[in-house]
Amino acid sequence: MSGSKLHVGVMRSQLGRVRGLGSAKKGSGEWWTQRLNSIALVPLTLWFVISILRLAGLPHAAMVHWAGQPVNSVLLLCLVLATFQHMALGLQVVIEDYIHDEKVKLASLLAMKGVTALLALASAMAVLKLAF
Amino acid sequence: MMVARSSDGKLVRRPVSPFMLGSAYKPQITSVLSITHRITGCALAVGTLLMTWWLVAAATSPAAYAHVAWFIASPIGILCLFGWTAAMFYHLLNGIRHLAWDFGYGFELPTVHASGRGVVIGTVVLTVVVWLLGVILL
Repeated sequence: MSGSKLHVGVMRSQLGRVRGLGSAKKGSGEWWTQRLNSIALVPLTLWFVISILRLAGLPHAAMVHWAGQPVNSVLLLCLVLATFQHMALGLQVVIEDYIHDEKVKLASLLAMKGVTALLALASAMAVLKLAF
Repeated sequence: MMVARSSDGKLVRRPVSPFMLGSAYKPQITSVLSITHRITGCALAVGTLLMTWWLVAAATSPAAYAHVAWFIASPIGILCLFGWTAAMFYHLLNGIRHLAWDFGYGFELPTVHASGRGVVIGTVVLTVVVWLLGVILL
């Protein structure tokens, strides 16, 4: 070993570090968030299906009355928030897995997050408007 | 194909997802149910358009709500809604299967196969029950 300098290897490039690439950055937090909203979505989705069954075929006034009940407003808001967060994280993984061109990947992610945010806000706004 | 270096420094082409849908693996209940989870997830993402339309229309006016109601009752609307019901129950049941794995349960191969069959049967049963209830209530 004479002559060789002691070298501490950095496994990741400086650019990679700056960009925040690699394991255990945002990924583990996103994984955990996806599990949490999955659990929340199990009862919320079942409640939503039962609610839709009860509202099927009823006129606008019945839907407005139902959505105006505080319990239903809160559960609808929970459903909307959990659904769109779950959807954004899920579609993100699909895009990251199947789109290999970096530019197309970034554009797809931005478009997906934008559309998801718009749908989430529109839904939440509608629920609030029905509540007040 | 992703270009990378092997451990002896040679340039190699590594396969990238979804290469396994080709000839690399024989389709099995595990892999088919796995890709179905993704496909139903994407289908449900499209379905949120209808949920958003439904909520926004209800908050807008009776006339706007009548438009959604017309779409839902149309043949295409019923077909979409039926598909989304099945996709939703599949994704829900298989999602519970995934959560069990996350907690460390059900990894033995016979259990994996049995839970997979259970998800498929459960999806069919719940979808049929909900639509029967819908027909009866209407």
